[in-house]
Amino acid sequence: MKLTQEELDILNGSKGETMAKVMKTLVMYGDAFGATEMVPVSSKMGHLVTSFGLGVMKPVYDLMDKLIEGGAISGQKFSVDPKPLDPKVPSNFLKNFVFNKFMYSVQNSYDAQLAKLGLVDKNAYTCTCYMDEVGNKPNKGEVLSWAESSAVVYANSVLGARCNRNSGIIELFGSIVGRVPYFGLLTDEGRKATWIVKVNTSKKPEAQILGSAIGMKVMEDVPYIIGLDKFLGTKLDGDTCAYLKDFGAATASNGAVGLYHIANLTPEAVEQGEALIAEGAKVYEIDDAELERVKANYPVMWKDKNAKPSLCFVGCPHLSLAQLNEWTANVVAGLKKNGLKKVSVPTVFTCAPGVKEKFEKTPAAKQLADAGVVLSYICPLMYMNNPLAKKEPVITNSNKLRTYTTARYYTSDEILGIITKEVK
Amino acid sequence: MKQFKGRPVVAGKCKAPALVSHNGFNTLASFQGALQFGELPIIGNKYKNTECDDQNNKDLYRKPMQDKALCLPQTIGSTTGGMIFFCAKSLGKCPTCLLFSEHIDSLAAAGAVLAANWCDEPVVTIDCLGQEFLDYVKDGMMITVDEDGTVTVE
Repeated sequence: MKLTQEELDILNGSKGETMAKVMKTLVMYGDAFGATEMVPVSSKMGHLVTSFGLGVMKPVYDLMDKLIEGGAISGQKFSVDPKPLDPKVPSNFLKNFVFNKFMYSVQNSYDAQLAKLGLVDKNAYTCTCYMDEVGNKPNKGEVLSWAESSAVVYANSVLGARCNRNSGIIELFGSIVGRVPYFGLLTDEGRKATWIVKVNTSKKPEAQILGSAIGMKVMEDVPYIIGLDKFLGTKLDGDTCAYLKDFGAATASNGAVGLYHIANLTPEAVEQGEALIAEGAKVYEIDDAELERVKANYPVMWKDKNAKPSLCFVGCPHLSLAQLNEWTANVVAGLKKNGLKKVSVPTVFTCAPGVKEKFEKTPAAKQLADAGVVLSYICPLMYMNNPLAKKEPVITNSNKLRTYTTARYYTSDEILGIITKEVK
Repeated sequence: MKQFKGRPVVAGKCKAPALVSHNGFNTLASFQGALQFGELPIIGNKYKNTECDDQNNKDLYRKPMQDKALCLPQTIGSTTGGMIFFCAKSLGKCPTCLLFSEHIDSLAAAGAVLAANWCDEPVVTIDCLGQEFLDYVKDGMMITVDEDGTVTVE
């Protein structure tokens, strides 16, 4: 990799031993991909994936301490993934004990480390940092040093920014040095599609299942999707962006997609059309039967597969304000239709703190609370990652949550049906 | 016995029995149980040898990963992946080496370079071994890795 004099100086210790080690790690990372140079991070803010102070991840926090002690702090402010705990989310004595004493025992000290390293503010904990209410929304063409698979795929695909699927810690290193190795999704060549996905369904596909099917098929490749604009239109409005947020999260968690193009809709596909498709691209056709096959193959991890759900999570990734309003209206209408006043399964909707704050100023917030739904900033995935939650029959409409936990997947319509009817 | 030539991402020599994942290896889903609960009484018993916790990985689910030569196409899933490898290595819960049939992905590469620079010893990591390698190698076969990226399977 060809380095500038300044980069070489850092590598040779001009800014201290720790900074040199950070630079060396980034250079090795780039070398693994044949990166030719380092390029400046041009976005205003970074985004980190590690939001949890998990006692067992001590090596990570030790490393953070080394960075702080060595003066290697982020050159740009950053947001970070959602917090793992929220006292408002249904819990019990045992869970609270396990969460606070065993699992997230270093949450407070890690929050303090994040503040020292460059966290924007205490409200910057969300996986959807690109929401207007949060304010970390990069511009087209900007180079990012982000992690969080769902945010990276959204920034690349919907916003047209440029970011590799960086790992936790590496993304912070990029923000510290202010440079990232130039390879993969940062390059024009790396953004070309090596798969053509033809969507031939009879109706608008469920975002979370379509994303899952494509992720499992193309893995880390870039798909160019044809036929979806028939259902989504050609404008990136609020509804469409929310659909693409959920779709992208499923492609990234069920596979390793960092960028997708949708014909006539996403920015690069609108600009370049099929010129984005690489020579020899493979083809994957998706119809109703294929989506049904994919859904039917999800393993159900509950011990008692007929158990009554004990908890429902909606909002992984975090809900947008429009989604929150839509879910609220649907829950209220569903309960009314079924003669109920409150949801029949303890239900948690999750969103960014900034979105929550804005929603809570609207009349819909009272309707949602009256319906018995808890609104939280929590990360459902972090909440579920423990042996106690694993034993619980939790339901979700998130394919990401399904992938990493024992939560059972249902479509949004199915979830609505379950929580607004008497559960037998 | 068969030999395969790969590219050393992190060079080194080692020997370990093979553990094979034919599909993408989801790092977070695989390690989360062992990392979070491996040291706890009772609950931790099923993770004592870093048993894979990924319910979607039919090849590896519930199999011990520690001290194995993990043979895989690439890693998939959460961008915590590299950090998870780094933690696993720091805590002595990592496979002996990572052997990729395809070009290494960005998350696994992050794990490999983090361990190489910030842990006491690196995780030997070889990629580009080819599909034939993944088709040939089976669980339990003995793997020997040389500095130049030569992988011997017997």
